[in-house]
Amino acid sequence: MRNTLLSKFLIVSALLMSFTSFAKDAKEAGEAPEKDKKTEIKEYIEHHLKDSHSFSLFSYTKDNGEHVYVDIPLPVIIWDEGLKVFSSSKFHHGETVAEVDGSYYKLYHNKIYETNADGEIRYGDDHKVMNDKPLDLSITKNVVMIFITGLLILWMFSSLARSYAKNNNMPKGIWRFMEPIVLYIRDEIARPNIGEKRYRKYMPFLLTIFFFIWFLNIFGLTPLGVNVTGNIAITFALALMTFLITSFTGTKTYWKHLFDPLGDTMPWIAKIPLYIILVPIELLGTIVKPFSLLIRLYANMTAGHIVLMSLIGLMFIFKSWIGSPLSFALAFAISLIEVLVALLQAYIFTMLSALYFGFASEEHHEEHEGEIAHL
Amino acid sequence: MEKLLSDFSLGLFVWMTVLFLILLGLLRKFAWGPILNAVNDREEGIRSALAAAEDAKREMQNVTADSERLLKEARAERESMLKEAREIKEKIVSDARDLAKVEGDKMIKQAQLTIESEKKAAVADIKNQVAELSVAIAEKVLKEKLSENKKQLELVDSLLGDIKMNA
Repeated sequence: MRNTLLSKFLIVSALLMSFTSFAKDAKEAGEAPEKDKKTEIKEYIEHHLKDSHSFSLFSYTKDNGEHVYVDIPLPVIIWDEGLKVFSSSKFHHGETVAEVDGSYYKLYHNKIYETNADGEIRYGDDHKVMNDKPLDLSITKNVVMIFITGLLILWMFSSLARSYAKNNNMPKGIWRFMEPIVLYIRDEIARPNIGEKRYRKYMPFLLTIFFFIWFLNIFGLTPLGVNVTGNIAITFALALMTFLITSFTGTKTYWKHLFDPLGDTMPWIAKIPLYIILVPIELLGTIVKPFSLLIRLYANMTAGHIVLMSLIGLMFIFKSWIGSPLSFALAFAISLIEVLVALLQAYIFTMLSALYFGFASEEHHEEHEGEIAHL
Repeated sequence: MEKLLSDFSLGLFVWMTVLFLILLGLLRKFAWGPILNAVNDREEGIRSALAAAEDAKREMQNVTADSERLLKEARAERESMLKEAREIKEKIVSDARDLAKVEGDKMIKQAQLTIESEKKAAVADIKNQVAELSVAIAEKVLKEKLSENKKQLELVDSLLGDIKMNA
């Protein structure tokens, strides 16, 4: 009964929405303004997903069509025949050319290109920018957020550590909430996946990535709109660290398993044709595992941001009394899911890293045999 | 894929790696190390406290068992002591009884002997008195008869001879 009522309501509201949008189309006489709005929202979302050279707070359009950006400019550091440091306010959001020590730079789609004095962007065959790109080591919005998150985590957990020292190894206040999370990572992620003997070595890394990813994911949901964990460079760096730790802490058994997966189960002459295929697959597997980590985190966080912002953007497309509450309700629901996803992705990243560390640090051969039998 | 590659920013990657490694190092030294050690210490403490409690419980049980055993022993000892006392009492009583009996018997015997000897003495006394009386009577009779008749004297003599034979 309730369901049918709800579906009726949805159908009616959908119809109403289409009518109202038709009406508006008719009023504005033509599709052009509508399309502009859509492209604008699309560009806005794309812009938001990317890193930025300034910490934007908000922007608005004046009556005369002029865009006004309110933001905190961040320092630009580039290496182009020498270190050059200047404020990103010089770019005026890509609208003007910044002149530094006789060279001209222009911000184009959030990237710094070297241009001539007029700020000309040359395109190649397939719309690729042909201008030179200096090595950009700027302190961007994401770098700032990493810094802030890092300080926050450092402050939080060093306070926790101090509170232990003060209260006779018992947590107090807010730390009663944080401690179970730390213990959860130790007891439910590290211990079962890595093993009782070796898990301690990996604990600092696992705890750090868990809280780092979780906090950055949560920051991504704030109105500040920072999308750090949805940036490929960030997830790549995290996954690379997991890969390096896996490789460097890999035991003899792990490497032997990579290059000799079948072990003593058959004579060496029979292994040769198999190994031509098997060994590259095994080696590829070691790279695919962390690669899946980096893509999973990147895709999940980016998708979440796109969905959320699109739903909010709907409000500006359906300028009607029914569209806004609906898109608001949907955006709210998705936000709640995103809060869960933020935690879940941090958990999955940590969990899988622990699993890979566990594989790499295994020492008993029997466990491997059991694993093959299990497969 | 191409979009991913074009989105990749080397600068951000460098910053991320450097900042993350610094963060990892600092956290390891100032946060995770102390936290994990504290938690470990605490767990170790709890474990040892539990073990100590278990030990104490076992000790307690031992003590209880000991005291119970002691109590039982004491009870048994008391029992045996009481029994012994009873036996001693009985022995003393029976001894006393025996002794009393022996003594009594002895006294009775003595009394009997005394009575016997008294009786003998009395009989002898009576005999003596009777003899004296008889003698006196006989004297008187004799005095009478002798003066009168010689034949009567002879008769007294014969009578006295009878009495002596009876005695």
